[in-house]
This record gives sequence, C-alpha cells and structure tokens, in this order.
Amino acid sequence: MKKETKNTVKRKGQVLETFKRIFRTPTSKLGGVIFGIIIFIAIFAPWIAPYTAYEMDLKSIYLSPCKEHWLGTDYMGRDVLSRLMYGAKYSLTLGLITAFAGNCLGVILGSIAGYFGGMTETLVMRFCDIWSAIPGMLLTIIISAALGPGYFNTVIAMSIGGVPQGARMTRGQILVERNKEYLEAAESMNTPKASIMFKHLLPNVISPTIISMTMGIGGNITQAAGLSYLGLGVQPPTPEWGAMLSDGTSNFTTYPYLLLFPGLVIGITVLAINLIGDGVRDALDPKLRN
Amino acid sequence: MRKYVVNRLLWTIVVLLGVAFIIFTILYFTPGDPTEMLLGANATPVELAAKRAALGIDKPYIVQLYNFYVDTFIKFDLGTSWTYETPVIDALIERLPRTVLMNLASMLITIAVGLPLGISAARHQGKWQDYGVIGGSMVLISLPSFWVALEAIVLFSVMLGWLPSHGIGGIKYYILPVLTSALPGIAGNARQMRSAMLEVIRADFVTTARAKGQEEGVIVRKHILPNAMMPVITMIGGRFGHIVSGSSITERIFSIPGVGLYLLNGISYRDYPIIRGCTLFFALFNAICVLLTDLVYAWVDPRIKAQYKSGRRR
Repeated sequence: MKKETKNTVKRKGQVLETFKRIFRTPTSKLGGVIFGIIIFIAIFAPWIAPYTAYEMDLKSIYLSPCKEHWLGTDYMGRDVLSRLMYGAKYSLTLGLITAFAGNCLGVILGSIAGYFGGMTETLVMRFCDIWSAIPGMLLTIIISAALGPGYFNTVIAMSIGGVPQGARMTRGQILVERNKEYLEAAESMNTPKASIMFKHLLPNVISPTIISMTMGIGGNITQAAGLSYLGLGVQPPTPEWGAMLSDGTSNFTTYPYLLLFPGLVIGITVLAINLIGDGVRDALDPKLRN
Repeated sequence: MRKYVVNRLLWTIVVLLGVAFIIFTILYFTPGDPTEMLLGANATPVELAAKRAALGIDKPYIVQLYNFYVDTFIKFDLGTSWTYETPVIDALIERLPRTVLMNLASMLITIAVGLPLGISAARHQGKWQDYGVIGGSMVLISLPSFWVALEAIVLFSVMLGWLPSHGIGGIKYYILPVLTSALPGIAGNARQMRSAMLEVIRADFVTTARAKGQEEGVIVRKHILPNAMMPVITMIGGRFGHIVSGSSITERIFSIPGVGLYLLNGISYRDYPIIRGCTLFFALFNAICVLLTDLVYAWVDPRIKAQYKSGRRR
C-alpha cells in the first residue's frame, strides 16, 4: 500500500516535469494560452455567447459585422460569433477523439506485431500495408460516404484512417527495444506477457506516438472541415466550423465574411495546437533532449 | 537489386488485390439501395428489381466479389459507370492528364520553393531567416488549404479579376489551383529540410571539412545536402501519391474535371464502378510512387545499395 502511493507521487512528479518541459518555450506557451481560451469558450459557450447557435432572426439576415453582431449574421440571421463559440465543442472533440482513437488502435496493433514477431507480425503489418495503400484522405472520404454524414460517423471514418501509421510507428520503436536487457530480465522473472507489453515495453516506445498524436489533432480538425466542405462530414445546422465554412461557400463571393471567420478560427486553433505539438516534440524526443 | 524490384512488384499486385477486397466489401455493406438513386424516387419495386438484376447487384456477396475480381484483374475492365454509362477506364484516361499535371506542377513548386527555404533557415539558425521560415510554415500548415483556395478566389478572381475562378482552358486556369495546393507542401518541405539539415550540420565530417578550410558553399552542397536529403526524398515521394488522391477537394473548388472530381461525383451518385475504379487507380498510383521513392533512395544512398546487393533488407 505504502509502496503504491509512493509510486503515484513519483509518477505525478514526472507528468508535471514533462508538462513544464512542454511549455518551456514562448511559442508553446502562446499556443497553450490560445488553446486554453478556446477550450474555455467551448465549455462555457451557452453562458458567454451573445445569442444561441440556432436562434434565427429573419429580419436581420446577411448582416455585415456590426455592433449587435460582431461577426455578422448568416442566411438565416443567426449570429456568426455565437455559432463559432458553440461550434468549438464539435471541432475540438472531433480533432482530439480521432487523433486519440486512431493512434490507440495503431499502438495496440503495432505492439502486438512488434512484441510477438513472427507470423503475427507479418500478418498485422501486411494488413496495415494494404490498409494504407488506400491514401488516408481517400479512405476517409469513402468510409464516411459509406457510413453517411454526421458527427459520430465522421469520428469513426477519420479514426480508422490513422490506424496503419500508428501501428507502423509503434512496431518500429518496439523492434529497437525488443532485444534490450530489461525485457529479458522481466521475462526471466516470469512476468505475464500482457504486463511486459503494457508496463515495461509501452512506456519506452510511446513518445513518438504521443508526438504524432498531438501533431495529428490539428491536421484532423482541418481534415474534418474538408469533409464537411465535401458534404460528407458534420452537417448543417450543427455549428461545426467545417459545416459553417461549407455553408459560407454557397455565396462567398457576395458575403466573404461568412467564409473568412470560420476559416480564421480553424486556422488559429490548429496553429495553437501545432505550437503545443512542437513543444511536446521538443520535450519528448530523446534525440533533442540534451 | 533486380530480385528486390521483382519482389516489390509482386507485392504491389497483392496489395491491389487486398485494396479491391476492402473497397468492394465497404461498398457492398453500405446500407441503402444504389438503384433508388439511379432511377429516382418514382421508380416501382419491379423496376428497381430489374435494374438491380441488370447491374448484377442482386447476386450474393461472394458471386459479385468473384465477378469483380475476374473483370478487374483478368479482363482489366473496371466496368461501366452506372450514371454516365461510359467505361470507367476511358473516363480515367481522359481525366488523368489534368490531375497529374496539376499535382506535378504543384509538387515541383513545393520542392523548388520549400527546400531552399529550409536550407537557408538551417544555415542561419536562430536568425531572422530561420524565424521567418519557421513562423511562416507554421501558419501555412495550420490554415485549411481549401479555405486558402477559396479566399484566393475571392481576392484574385472576384476583387482583382486577374485570374479565372473555375473551369479549365489555358494555363491561366491552373495558376490558382496549383499555387494554393502547393502552399502546405512548401511549408512541410521547408520544415523537413530544415530539421534534416540541422541534424547533419553538427556532424563530425562537417567540422572536419570546415577545419581543412573548405568553402562554405561546397560544404553545404557536397557534404551536408547529400546526407540531409534522404528523409526529405522519402517524404516527398511518399506524399506525391497522397497529394494526387487528396486533390479531390482542389478539383471540386476549381471545378477541374480530373480524377478526383470524378470520384466525388461517383460518391454522390453512389456509382460503385466509379468509386472502385478510382480507388484502385489511386492505390496503384500510390504504390508506384512509393516504389519509385525506394528505388531512388537506394540509388542515391550507397549504404542502402550495398544492403540490397548482399541480398538482405533492413
């Protein structure tokens, strides 16, 4: 009992240390602050947004940015700023969940392949080869077309696209670690295979995956917006940013601000995440540690 | 070396068979009836059934899969589009040059602009060139590229009226699509080139070259670049296959009738032969790109060439 508490304290210290290291540079601090603000908005949108996301006002459609509507209104008189605030929730969770889920599945497949080797490895990796022979965006487009549009289907389609890459990366890392002495030591003590894999091996190979996961969040937000633009992702009237963008494209030459603001918001969010991602890479990449 | 190439080609065929299986299965188990889309809402059940029989999609899964494999891999026939009623392969051949030329031009720009930027950033690490390249590429990577394309239309076509906003015609029509789709690639190449160079720039052989009084330009060209190019070549080659298949969105924005737009049309009409044909085609294209990259890689790097010669890989 006592030993365990000690262990958790130590682990907490490690997490804190990594955190400090991630936000050491001014750029990642900036990214962290912007990302924090966006998360705050995503959570508290119903209380801080001036209007609701679905509130229509047919008397004031297509208003340019003005005092009552800072970022203007759309073709149903809905306030663009409020919709962007409500939409933060959808776009952020889309990026986070898909990057996490895809990489998790990849890590599981990759560590099974890398640890067990032999026939299992060949089968899993060949399957991944075939899977990734269909380029990612194309696979995502086809799966979301098959599943139909909507938030959860988009999540599934985009997660599946990220699996082979994560698997390949984890396996590559495990191949490096596989013959090291601490594993031999664990094996000689008759440690169960699952425990070796998840307690001993995984913590040593997980860094590149965490890096690619953080880097992937931003890309996935953009990709989700692209899917919505094609009409395959999240559908209007959900105020997801990509769906708002695709709403704005229908007459963007007359009302350019309907296109401008959602795009800018996506850009700023992704930029913030990428800045943090760079910090994560600097903090976790052993090659850069010294 | 030849054995390696033959092995890789055989493996490519296996991959294509697998891709065909995946895409066929996904489409087969997609809920809903594609014939309803083809005949419209007013079609009677009898008409729908007749159409299903005519298209051969009333048969069980395994029979359809077998027919698909025989048609595709033995007769080399990708089938006839259900909506356009023309052979898919003809449409692909007609549309291919536009897609490939557009993406080739865009890729050449990403190389011609991105690599020098990355090199200059690495050579002036910590100075304004470096910060400019890092900052600029960070912003470019973060902006959704299709949004940049749309904003470019607003600026250059609507407000300034310099360039056409969509369609095909002369070279003018390709300027915006090529440039806007090149932007993220420029940023990616610059970042990759920079970090690859920084890894080599502190190596001992570079210090040696400096110590013997070699000119800076020669050091960069002869000592640093050949070693730093390896990861960059992999990235560029691997990405080309992906760019081509990702050009669907660009083609939709600028209404360029290329392969990507063909695929999107196929998806919106649930035209299975088109979707299958395009996917197989993109997978083949991707596989060829990866293969060529590996060969270039082996050709450039004497260490890898030696490995292949001794008959052992990895």
